[in-house]
Amino acid sequence: MSALLTLRDVWVEYGDKVVLEKVNLGVEAGAFVSIIGPSGAGKSTLLRVILGQEAPTQGSILLDGQPLAPECGPDRGVVFQRYSVFPHLTALENTVFGLECAKAPFLTRLYGSARRAAMGEATAMLQAVGLGDSLHVYPAQLSGGMQQRLAIAQALVKRPRILLLDEPFGALDPGIRADMHALIVKLWRDYALTIIMVTHDLREAFTLGTRVLAIDKRRHDPHAPHRYGATAVYDLPLRDRVAPVAQAEAEIASETTCSS
Amino acid sequence: MRWVNRQIDRKDRLLLGAAPILLLVLVYLVLAAQRHAANPFDKILPLPDGMAKAMAALLFEPDQLSGNFVFWADTLASLERLGLGLGIATLMALLVGLVVGLLPPVRATFGPLITGIAVIPPIALLPILFIALGLGETSKVALIVIGIAPVMIRDIAAHVAALPREQIIKAQTLGASSWQILIRVALPQAMPRLLHAIRLSLGPAWVFLISAEAIAADVGLGYRIFLVRRYLSMDVIIPYVAWIALLAIAMDVALSTLSRKAFPWAHGAGH
Repeated sequence: MSALLTLRDVWVEYGDKVVLEKVNLGVEAGAFVSIIGPSGAGKSTLLRVILGQEAPTQGSILLDGQPLAPECGPDRGVVFQRYSVFPHLTALENTVFGLECAKAPFLTRLYGSARRAAMGEATAMLQAVGLGDSLHVYPAQLSGGMQQRLAIAQALVKRPRILLLDEPFGALDPGIRADMHALIVKLWRDYALTIIMVTHDLREAFTLGTRVLAIDKRRHDPHAPHRYGATAVYDLPLRDRVAPVAQAEAEIASETTCSS
Repeated sequence: MRWVNRQIDRKDRLLLGAAPILLLVLVYLVLAAQRHAANPFDKILPLPDGMAKAMAALLFEPDQLSGNFVFWADTLASLERLGLGLGIATLMALLVGLVVGLLPPVRATFGPLITGIAVIPPIALLPILFIALGLGETSKVALIVIGIAPVMIRDIAAHVAALPREQIIKAQTLGASSWQILIRVALPQAMPRLLHAIRLSLGPAWVFLISAEAIAADVGLGYRIFLVRRYLSMDVIIPYVAWIALLAIAMDVALSTLSRKAFPWAHGAGH
């Protein structure tokens, strides 16, 4: 099966500190990949490399077989843990922004029927994430969970090939988090999304993902801990998403405690 | 109850706020009355009726030489210089501050120059301005601009550079170009900060205006104060200073109201 996103021998180094080493990865269209690993292992670095926010020191990243420019673009949407909505725009304006950027390169404003069409599309997207009643509200007036819903709507209205989530529900309380899990799974199915999510919550990783990647260092030099980088140490496909979840969860829990 | 917890309601706040001002006025009146009791022709601490008489001549009677109403001509000339200086500085702060804050190559090119200009005491440049631009309006406006623009530019640039990286990344994933990020993400978020920077620059702007007018001018609030100082005319100086204070307060309140009205999202609507 041809992969939508391919990482070939990706290394990321900051000076003589190796963060990621020899990451080889293929992500198929329609996958929901959870990335887990200890703090500072390089989960977020991996996500930033895929996003294009950082260029890998070595190796190549292919999207649909084409090498990616080391710059963010509309083919990869993103939702961060915080600060990913614009505080000076209402929910609707935040969502329409992506459509305006593509269609009005100079003024970034749409008029007439183009504007009505974009507004309609954005409104539908906001309704899909459950913000249909808060179209004209500024982000500061929305709760944390609603801000994340807005950030998701904002990203999805651009129909990205891949949606990247960087601990998107980390700052939310448990009840809201459960709602958001249901929402993201629904959106993933309805819009046939390909999602890569970084999380530090094992339960979340296993309940949502169709595949779980654990990022950690394979080798450890006690005298120079920074000289070895992290890579994907476990790559667990969860095809049948009902029974093996609990089993795999117990497995990974014991394995991570052994290796640490 | 601890003093840190004592909240003052609106009526008491007005009362408390007025108290020290009234006290100062009272102290002044008592001192002035004492001096006038000793010497009816005292000029150092004029009484209110003396000030009113002196000001009436400037307010309502045309000057014999120029035919102008002196007070209004002074006010107009000063406000024109101040407005021009503030306007040009604000425009520069917005244009330069935005690109310096947002675009790393521009920051690398012009950052050191702006920092360099900002550390020069503007008054030290006044002789250069007088030599280069003459003694007319241009050099006075230029002094105000040189005095406040670098600080405002650096403020706006720092504010734009401190916008969360996530926002800039997010805008790019929504397909925004550098230009679109500049006008749709950075510019609107810099606007409330710009109004704040103008408010903070009002004080220095007045200082540079009065300085320039004191040294070389033939009309203006600062010019008048320094002119009548030669005759110990405290009955003109004190009302002029009060008038300058009133103008400054009015500008500050206007800018603050404008910011709240125009950018409600920046003033903590919600939590």
